[in-house]
Amino acid sequence: MFSHKKIEKNSILMLVLVLIVVSIGGLIEIAPLFYLESTIEKVKGMRPYSPLELAGRDIYIREGCYNCHSQMVRPLRDEAERYGHYSLAAESMYDHPFQWGSKRTGPDLARVGGRYSDEWHVTHLNNPRDVVPESVMPGYPFLGKTSLQVPNIADNLKTNKIVGVPYTDDMIENAKLDLAIQTNPDADEIDAFMERYPKAQVRDFDGNPAMLSELDALIAYLQMMGTLVDFTSYDVDANKR
Amino acid sequence: MNLLWLAFTIVGVLLGVILSAKAVDPTMMLHGMVFSIAAVLSAFALIARNYRNISTPSLADANGSVNYNTEIIKAGIIASTFWGVVGFSVGLVIALQLAFPVLNFDLPWTNFGRLRPLHTSAVIFAFGGNILIMTSFHVVQRTCRARLAGDIAPWFVFWGYQLFIVLAATGYVLGVTQSKEYAEPEWYVDIWLTLVWVVYLLVFLATIWKRQEKHIYVANWFYLAFIVTIAMLHIVNNLSVPVSLTGVKSYSLFAGVQSALTQWWYGHNAVGFFLTAGFLGIMYYFIPKRVNRPVYSYRLSIIHFWSLIFLYIWAGPHHLHYTALPDWAQTLGMTFSIMLWMPSWGGMINGLMTLSGAWDKLRTDPVVRFLVTSVAFYGMSTFEGPLMSIKAVNALSHYTDWTIGHVHSGALGWVAYISFGALYFLTPVVWKRKSLYSDALVNLHFWISTVGILLYITAMWVSGILQGLMWRAYDAFGFLEYSFSETVEAMHPFYVIRAGGGALFLIGALIMVYNLWRTVRGDVRAKEAGSLVPNMEFAGAR
Repeated sequence: MFSHKKIEKNSILMLVLVLIVVSIGGLIEIAPLFYLESTIEKVKGMRPYSPLELAGRDIYIREGCYNCHSQMVRPLRDEAERYGHYSLAAESMYDHPFQWGSKRTGPDLARVGGRYSDEWHVTHLNNPRDVVPESVMPGYPFLGKTSLQVPNIADNLKTNKIVGVPYTDDMIENAKLDLAIQTNPDADEIDAFMERYPKAQVRDFDGNPAMLSELDALIAYLQMMGTLVDFTSYDVDANKR
Repeated sequence: MNLLWLAFTIVGVLLGVILSAKAVDPTMMLHGMVFSIAAVLSAFALIARNYRNISTPSLADANGSVNYNTEIIKAGIIASTFWGVVGFSVGLVIALQLAFPVLNFDLPWTNFGRLRPLHTSAVIFAFGGNILIMTSFHVVQRTCRARLAGDIAPWFVFWGYQLFIVLAATGYVLGVTQSKEYAEPEWYVDIWLTLVWVVYLLVFLATIWKRQEKHIYVANWFYLAFIVTIAMLHIVNNLSVPVSLTGVKSYSLFAGVQSALTQWWYGHNAVGFFLTAGFLGIMYYFIPKRVNRPVYSYRLSIIHFWSLIFLYIWAGPHHLHYTALPDWAQTLGMTFSIMLWMPSWGGMINGLMTLSGAWDKLRTDPVVRFLVTSVAFYGMSTFEGPLMSIKAVNALSHYTDWTIGHVHSGALGWVAYISFGALYFLTPVVWKRKSLYSDALVNLHFWISTVGILLYITAMWVSGILQGLMWRAYDAFGFLEYSFSETVEAMHPFYVIRAGGGALFLIGALIMVYNLWRTVRGDVRAKEAGSLVPNMEFAGAR
C-alpha cells in the first residue's frame, strides 16, 4: 500500500513530485494559447509600432503608467459606452510585454488615441489638475523638457523582431531616421515612412518643434492607441472563442 | 573552499567593472559599480574572515547538542525588520499621494508610478523574502536537528538577496522596470536572483540531507515547495531578450494574451507560493512551538499540502476575467479558484485547531494573539479571494480598490502578522534572552495595527464597491450617470482613511522595532519583570 512516509523520508522524491504537481496547471492553461489559432482574432490594420511610438511605449512602461491605467476594455455595456469597442487579443499581439493593467485609478487607455487633442495631452501631462481638477495623477513636467534619448533605436526594433514582432529589414534600417521624422510632416522621407507604418500620425506632438522630446514620443504612443484595427471589417462571429 | 568564493568575488568585480564601463545607459553604469563594490566588500569580508582565523564551526557544542547557526538568523531578523519599516513607510507615502497628489512633487523619482513597485517589492520581497529565508533557515535546522549546511553559502544567500533588493529598488526609482507586476526587475537583476535562489535551494536541501530525524517535518515541505515553485515561476515569467548586453532594457519573450496569462500565472502564484506556501511553513512550525501543542492533524497536513500546491497554480486567469483571454481559460481559472477555498480553509483549521487545549494562551500570550489572528485573516482573505474570482463578482470588483483591500487583508493580516509572531518568538531565542523586553508593547502593537488593518480594508471595500457601482450607473435617460473624474473625486475620503490605517500599521511596526531592540540589548521592562511570558528555549541565558 502507498504510504506518504516514503515521500517524507526522501527529499529528492518530494522535490520531483512537487515539481510535477505544480507544473500541470500552467501547462494545461498556458501552453494551448501558443498554438490554438482561435486565441488571437483575425483582424485588419495591426502593424508593429513606429520607432517613435515604441519609444513612447517604453516611457509609458518606465513611468509605471500600468499601475493606474488599464489597456483592456471589457465587453460590458458601460465600458463599451465609456471607452468604445471591447479590446481584442489582436490589439496587443505586438506588445512585449502586455500592458492590460489591473487597476483603474485613472481611466482605461486602450482607445484613448484621437480622443483628446495634442494640446490637451501636453497640458494634462504637465499638470493633470489644469484640465481635470479632480485628478490624482502625478504631473510629468519633465517629459517635455527632456530630449528623447534612445541608445540605438534599431536595436530595440531588432530585439522586438527576435521575440516575434514582424519588423522588416527596411524598418530596422530606417529606424533612426523614422524616429526623427515622425514629428516633421515636411520631411522628404515621410511617404516611405507612411508606407512602412500605415495610419501613423505625423506632426509635432508636444508643441515644441525645436526638440524631439520624451513628451513627443509618449503622446505619439497615446494618440495611436486603439486606432489601428479596422472594426468595419471585423467579423465578430468568425472570431467567437 | 574559501578560495573558490574569493575567485567568485573577483569575477564579480570584473563583471561589474565591464558592465559599468561599457554601459549604454546611466543606470547600467551605476548598477555595474554597485555590483563591483559589493563584490569588493565580499572579497574583503572573506579575507578578513581568513585572518581572524575563524575555523569551520563544529557541528555540535560542548554539551553535545547541535551547534545551530544562529548568526544568520540574527542577520535575517535585523534585515527583515529594517525592510519591513521601509516597505510600510513607502506604502504610507503612496497612500498619501493618492489622497494628496501634490506629494508626487512632479519629479521622475518620486511619482506614484515608480514608487508603487518600490512599495510592493519592498514588502513582498524585501520584508517577506527576508522573513522566509530567515525562518526557513531556523526551522530547517531545528526540525532536522542539524547545523545549517555550508559555511559561506548561507551568507552568500543572505547578502546576495540584499544586493538583489538594492539593485531592484534603485532601478525602480530610476525608471528601470519590466512593467510586470511583482516581476518588475529587469533581466540582469533577474539573473542575479536566479543564482542566489539556486544556492538557497542547495543550502536548504543539503541541511535536510544532514538531518537526524527520519521524517522531513511538514513545515519544510511547504518551504521546499515555495523555493522550487518560485524558481520555476521566476524563470519562465522573466524570459526576455535584452536590447544590449550592457543596457538595462529588455523585451519580454511573450506578447499580448500569452504575456498576460504567463504574468498572472506568475503573479497569482507569487501570492500562492511566496506569500502563502512559504508562510504556511512558518505557521506549521511557530504555532505548535509557541503553544506547545502538536499540529492538530497529520493527515490534514498531507491533504492540505498537496491539494494547495496543485490547485493554486491554476488560479491565475481570474486576474483576467472579461479580458481578451479566451473564455475557456477564464472559466478554468475561476473554477480552480473556487476549489482553492477548500485546501485554504483546511490549512486554517489545521493551524487554529493546533490550539486545542491551549486556547487560554490567546489571553495570556500576546505573541500567540498575533499568530492566531494571522491565521484568522488567512481564512478571511482565502474566502474573499474565491468570491472575487467569480466572474459576476469580478465584473464589479476588478480594476477597483476592492482588489487592493483584499490584497492587504492578506498581506497585513496574514503575512505580516505571522511574520511579527515569528520575529517576537525568534528574537529572544537566537539572542538567548529569558523573555521579550515587554509583552505589554506586543499587545499595544497588536491593537494599534489591528485597528489600522480594519480601517484599511473597510475603506477599500467601500471605495472599491462604490467606484465599481458608479462606473456602471445609468441615469433615467439611459446615459452613464458619472464621468470617470467624478468617481475619482468620490474616492478621496476613503483614501484619507486608508492612509490613516497605514499610518497606524507603521506605528505598530515601530513599536515592535523598539521592543525587539531592547530585547536584543537584554533589557526587561521593570514593570513587567515578574509576569513576562518566558522564552521556552531559554538555557543558560542571563
